[in-house]
Amino acid sequence: MKLWFEKQRYLIDFTLASMARRKARNLGLLGVYTVLVFVLASVALYTHALRVEAAKVLAASPEVILQRLVAGRHDLIPPGYLEKVGRIRGVQKKEGRLWGYYYDAVVKANYTFMVPNDASIAKGEIVVGPALERSRGLAAGNGISFRSYSGKLHTFIVASVLPQASEIASADLVLMHEEDFRAFFDYPVGHYTDIALSVANPLEVRNVALKLAAALPDSRPILRDEVLRTYASIFDWREGIVLALLSAAILAFGILAWEKASGLSADEKREIGILKAIGWETGDIIKMKFWEGLLISLTAFLAGFVAAYLHVFYFAATLFEPVLKGWAVLYPEFRLTPHIDGLQVATLFFFTVFPYAAAVLAPIWKAAITDPDAVMRG
Amino acid sequence: MIFQPAIIALLLSSAICVLALALIAPFAFEVIRRWDIKSGSERQLQLERRTYLFSMLLAFVLVAQLASVLLFVFNAEKMSGMFVGAMCAVGTLNVNPYGFPALNAKIALFFLAAMWLAINHVDSRARDYPLVRIKYALLLLLAPLLAVAAWTEAQFFVNLQADVITSCCGSLFSEGSKTLVAEASALEPVPAMLLFYGAMGLAIGMSSFHWAYGRGGYGVAVAAALGFAAGISGILSFISLYIYEHPHHHCPFCVLKPEYGYQGYALYLPLFVATAAGLAAGAIRPFAGVASLTAIVPDVSRRLASIASIGFLLTAAVATAMILRSNLVLLDH
Repeated sequence: MKLWFEKQRYLIDFTLASMARRKARNLGLLGVYTVLVFVLASVALYTHALRVEAAKVLAASPEVILQRLVAGRHDLIPPGYLEKVGRIRGVQKKEGRLWGYYYDAVVKANYTFMVPNDASIAKGEIVVGPALERSRGLAAGNGISFRSYSGKLHTFIVASVLPQASEIASADLVLMHEEDFRAFFDYPVGHYTDIALSVANPLEVRNVALKLAAALPDSRPILRDEVLRTYASIFDWREGIVLALLSAAILAFGILAWEKASGLSADEKREIGILKAIGWETGDIIKMKFWEGLLISLTAFLAGFVAAYLHVFYFAATLFEPVLKGWAVLYPEFRLTPHIDGLQVATLFFFTVFPYAAAVLAPIWKAAITDPDAVMRG
Repeated sequence: MIFQPAIIALLLSSAICVLALALIAPFAFEVIRRWDIKSGSERQLQLERRTYLFSMLLAFVLVAQLASVLLFVFNAEKMSGMFVGAMCAVGTLNVNPYGFPALNAKIALFFLAAMWLAINHVDSRARDYPLVRIKYALLLLLAPLLAVAAWTEAQFFVNLQADVITSCCGSLFSEGSKTLVAEASALEPVPAMLLFYGAMGLAIGMSSFHWAYGRGGYGVAVAAALGFAAGISGILSFISLYIYEHPHHHCPFCVLKPEYGYQGYALYLPLFVATAAGLAAGAIRPFAGVASLTAIVPDVSRRLASIASIGFLLTAAVATAMILRSNLVLLDH
């Protein structure tokens, strides 16, 4: 066993020295390889971080949201509807929610107006999200007017600005008192936007939804799990599409690797010829070439991955943000929590090292079977 | 569901493996038909050289299979969130009937490739390559298996439909899968423990005996196969319970999760390596009588038996340690 390790050590030693003799070629390949890993790893790390962020945001949302449908469209919850839901075993709390969208012509963006359920905001005051603070230059104590859909002007005092930490969920949020909300939107008394139900036992959620659908055939229960699943598959799908588009790059890289590995220079051929003449076997040459490929692959993978990590978590993934994040006028500014996932690293390895290995197999063999006499004579 | 990164990666690797074997199949035919070690012709020289490429390719396929088994399980685990009622990899694999066959085919291919490589190894150490024809005939048998495995895997992925929000009425169209009942028809703990330790003891004993005395090569393979079956059923029926500290959680995949400190790898890796080595020791046994292999086969098979012996010992030790460390009381004292 010790002998085996020694042998591999000398082989690696020799391989490194031999690679150093052809610096330009090997560095070129290494550079392209690293860039490929960097691009793919950036996509993977970024989408994964977004997924984690979405899951975190949704963790605090109610288990079931009940919407009422009229002709297949979302409609208001009329008075008495909440009572019709009745007592369902397992539901801890049910409450009507009030929220809506408001288009602000000044910054050409949509805000989400919402009434918090703890009634912590006084009449005439609002609490705004950080993106609003930026776009309208607001601060606590300022006054702001919105023209409602009925044409009337409503003025509010900004009580406070929501903390930066919650920006991904609250960027465009405006929290206000219930009466202000109803007056602003001319919202009919006793009506709600939808109903939120909290269910303590996760195994009961589906039963609760079934009972709701049976009791109120015109309603649509939406489960938190489903929202999470939908988000996860959207991000997966986006990542998959980007990777599929980048597959052309992987293919190109495979061709490059093939070319580099099969286009042996006269120098290299002579080297292999001499090695064989002094007693190396075909198997030894293959081993040497294997170490060469492994060293290049691992170096490129490590360098590319570290660069991608820095790019995503320290430079906010500047290169891929527009494709992967989605778009909005008041897009939240947020820093992603660094997160590395084993599956992603494994997948990435498959995407980069595997095609490389497949591409260089045949050329390695071609090089290894070189005849010593043919080379030295030629 | 094809546009999942891990799925693309798995399909890509399967496609490359199938392609590689498809490309070399015609050459394998040529080797079988025209191989003549005594000839010094140009063609014979070419064939001899080509054998290097083949063994390299097979080693590549083997590594790819091993890595893709891991990635496959990993990915199934991750995707369990997308299917109603699926809590871990078992749920995902049960989403359609191709899931478990695809996994089993991958594992089977891994073992078969290991056996082929062992035969290849002894053959290339003999000066006259006595097993070339047999080797390439076996390779031609392996190729369709690989294709079938890749096809099953592709069917599994193509037929996955995530339960996401539909535009009509939310949750209620996505019914929970009933298949979770297939949470492994587990044995009672006492007979399962007897079976597990009995088979492990047998496997360790047989392979150590072969390691020491060089006899009973087929026995090693049989004991390794038994050891693998007993190992998996032991994990299903009681080791997992001890790890989860829960008397009804039998999942063989959750042990790989970070929640349980990736303990599963400590169990599965030695078990798979030991089984592969044990099977390989048996696979080269029929050729012990070939003139140029009389010295080589016993040597290699003893070395393989040593790996098997240590591997099974490790598996049993790790399992025992997990049981002793657990707070679960499954058996009354």
